[in-house]
Amino acid sequence: MTASLEPLQEDILSYLQRNQKKEMLRFLTCGSVDDGKSTLIGRLLHDTKMIYEDQLAAIKRDSVKHGTTGGEVDLALLTDGLKAEREQGITIDVAYRFFSTDKRKFIIADTPGHEQYTRNMATGASMCQLAIILVDARHGILPQTRRHSFICSLLGISHLVVAINKMDLAGYSQERFNEICRAYSDFAAKLDIRDVHFIPISALKGDNVVELSANMPWYHGVTLLNHLETVHIAADRNLADFRFPVQLVQRPNLDFRGFAGTIASGVVKKGDAILVLPSGKKSRVKSLVTFEGELAEAWCPMPITITLTDEIDISRGDMLVHPESAPHFGHDFKATIVWLNEKPLDVTAGYLIKQTTRTCPGEITLHHGIDVNTLEEKPLPTLHLNEVGVCSISLTQPIAFDNYRKNHATGSFIIIDRLTSNTVGMGMIIGPEDNKGPVDPWTPAPALAENRPHSQITPALRRQRLGQQPVTLLLTGLTGSGKATIAYALEKALFDQGRLISVLHGQELRRGITSDLGFSADDRSENLRRIAEVARILNDAGLICVCALLAPHVAVREKVRRLIGPERFLEIYLSAPVEVCAQRDRSGLYKLAAAGQVKALPGVNTRYEPPEKPDLVLPTHEINVDESVKRIIQLLEDRGLIGEITPQI
Amino acid sequence: MLRRLYCPMTTALTHLKELEAESIHIMREVVAEFQNPVMLFSTGKDSAVMLRLAMKAFHPGRVPFPLLHIDTTWDFKEVYAQRDQLAKKHNLNVLVHTNWDAIKAGINPFDSGSVKYTHNMNLQGLLQALKKHQFDAAFGGARREEEKSRAKERIFSFRDKHYQWDPKNQRPELWNLYNGRINKGESIRVFPLSNWTELDIWQYIYLENIPLCELYFARPRPVVRREQQLIYVNDERYPLKPGEKPEIKKVRFRTLGCYPLTGAIESDADTLPKIIEEMLLFRNSERSGRAIDHDEQGSMEQKKREGYF
Repeated sequence: MTASLEPLQEDILSYLQRNQKKEMLRFLTCGSVDDGKSTLIGRLLHDTKMIYEDQLAAIKRDSVKHGTTGGEVDLALLTDGLKAEREQGITIDVAYRFFSTDKRKFIIADTPGHEQYTRNMATGASMCQLAIILVDARHGILPQTRRHSFICSLLGISHLVVAINKMDLAGYSQERFNEICRAYSDFAAKLDIRDVHFIPISALKGDNVVELSANMPWYHGVTLLNHLETVHIAADRNLADFRFPVQLVQRPNLDFRGFAGTIASGVVKKGDAILVLPSGKKSRVKSLVTFEGELAEAWCPMPITITLTDEIDISRGDMLVHPESAPHFGHDFKATIVWLNEKPLDVTAGYLIKQTTRTCPGEITLHHGIDVNTLEEKPLPTLHLNEVGVCSISLTQPIAFDNYRKNHATGSFIIIDRLTSNTVGMGMIIGPEDNKGPVDPWTPAPALAENRPHSQITPALRRQRLGQQPVTLLLTGLTGSGKATIAYALEKALFDQGRLISVLHGQELRRGITSDLGFSADDRSENLRRIAEVARILNDAGLICVCALLAPHVAVREKVRRLIGPERFLEIYLSAPVEVCAQRDRSGLYKLAAAGQVKALPGVNTRYEPPEKPDLVLPTHEINVDESVKRIIQLLEDRGLIGEITPQI
Repeated sequence: MLRRLYCPMTTALTHLKELEAESIHIMREVVAEFQNPVMLFSTGKDSAVMLRLAMKAFHPGRVPFPLLHIDTTWDFKEVYAQRDQLAKKHNLNVLVHTNWDAIKAGINPFDSGSVKYTHNMNLQGLLQALKKHQFDAAFGGARREEEKSRAKERIFSFRDKHYQWDPKNQRPELWNLYNGRINKGESIRVFPLSNWTELDIWQYIYLENIPLCELYFARPRPVVRREQQLIYVNDERYPLKPGEKPEIKKVRFRTLGCYPLTGAIESDADTLPKIIEEMLLFRNSERSGRAIDHDEQGSMEQKKREGYF
């Protein structure tokens, strides 16, 4: 049964042959320091002969110094890692351990069980197929047992082993074991876990871990290791729905264009019909290329390179699927989120969402929290570190996604803070937004009938008449960065050239078309939407439109770009820093903000997110108005938006 | 609606194929998300596996990043030969960097002490090269199983502007969704072999028939005894004691470092299966042959904080 133990009893070649064909199982151990988790892992490693002699010598030495077993070899010391932690006597992060038997290779994600470490457990659980929940036979089910089980369920772990430990201290009592099993089963009924298994063990003494216990003749099940070796995991994978997120486009030479990636789920065959998302284009699989040669079929999680029969524009972040089992597709979805950062979720800030191989800006709206101890919904203003909540996510680009339960690879995402680049949250997609909720006003209304009355004047005719391409220039920057001043100077300069141009100045518009709106994130979004609609109308009429708007949020600016049309939208960032803006500010807002009378001034007490890839940056703390105007006109000329032709007005 | 039905057993991947898939996924993510990646390359067994995985990941293209060899000038001559042969055969871009300042200052493996020597030749040499070429991601062959402090290492390991590692300030790593965003001046170390064990590495080399540096195979070689270690007298620079003559012994190496600091083991294992057989019988961690970890407990952790892999 055990390990790579005595290979010499057989020929090494047949040993190699046999050991090349193992399955891999990744599992998680959950429990607190006192549940004997480290001891259990040490026991598994020791009894499967995974400990080298020098390691054993080292822990024997350490057992005297740090150990808690009074001179006996303290197996818990095997799983200790960092120096400082060892001195504190606790493990505080996810640590990975490895062992193997003849049947399987195992990777243990060892995570601590303290209240505040939901984050670490969720991290460890994300890669695991099975979890061992340790319960101290003397104490039974504790709040943390519930918490651990809930997180396992949330992360979609389908196999759970409840290891009731320290049976030696509970007199190896069958009654006690049964009592705990019953209590746990009552609670677990609320969870979404298919397979729960109970085993009475003593990690310290070795009962039922690797060897069956002589102390518990009433137990007729298998040992923990035996269960780990035989639990059926192959069916956990989704082989029904083909999903292939493109990682890279391979163009080694002019004759080859392939899409490299890892099959996230499903099976693909040569000749299969393929739907490409988001473009919606269709093609067929021409070949499945690997280093070992072409394949007739491939399945998850194989890394392959796919070539198609048609030349289609495909890039990283796109997804290839089978048209008959397409995923959800859209900007908006509902998800359960675990918050992983000390800095709480800021619903007014934009975040980056990475799902499969696509990263794009998105906004998060929190609906309610979930109590990890009782699984009950609770109202929460925001999510703090280790808190769990149900949210709506709205992205600037549509993505292909599935329910996490159905497909872990296409139903999971991480949340990245734009400023620190840190991973601050993780999410499991529940599904698309149901239509019952409020409709996002940014969502375009369905197209009207084709044969409706429509304008006879095409954009080309207008272009010819006016000698200019309609475009919207968004000047974004802090209050006092010079947006309006430059906008009006640009208007004059272009007007003098004979161009038709109009300025939309945020502050002015707030006196009319958006006078009913305030300065919350929602109101700022609606403010921009209305202005963007006006800009679109002006552009449709052939005018150049200059918008002087604070527009602090990337996600909202992205929506403006989408509404107006990316081909006629330029983003210009006025990068004067807040100190300079505050100094030359005429609005008095900075003084009011300093006095606490204005609560939401971007750059001071709420976030201003600078554009990531602006078409132009104007350092307005270094250059004057004329130079700024010159550079914008240069940009318009470079992009071919204002030509040499004389306007015919 | 056609639903494809598959028997799960026939589509199960073996553990080696699954590890391979994970490593290839990691390499492709790095190439997609970073500007200027590099792969550390020592010709050791882990390097050899990493190179094969890179060739697989970018097939039919060539490996899209350079390989970096930190040359202490005291590597085994077999290492140089293997490096040059592989570079030629696979059309690889191999960069070689040596900390010449340290050599000019008289740093050498005999008089400097292993701590000072390694710090200057390996660590400082590495940092110089990373800085010189402005690499923002560097692949290393380290495995979590190798050493205690590595067990908690992320696959994407973040380093600050000074290439330092802060164990308390590493990003959570979820699923296979690696966050490759860094701020200017920061970089990452990437460990695509994180989840491989020594046995996995050997089995993969055997299964894939990966060419391996000569030094892993037992051959008659001239050796001298220094303290507990057998040292292979690899060239005429090795200082022998007065009247000392190297003995010819059949030896091989379990790890490759600088030859004056790397202990050989006596062995008859001159084929891959025999090496694996020997490995299974040995119950000593593989790094015990290297002088570098012996100096203090927790020394690897200290080195990582300073910028070592």
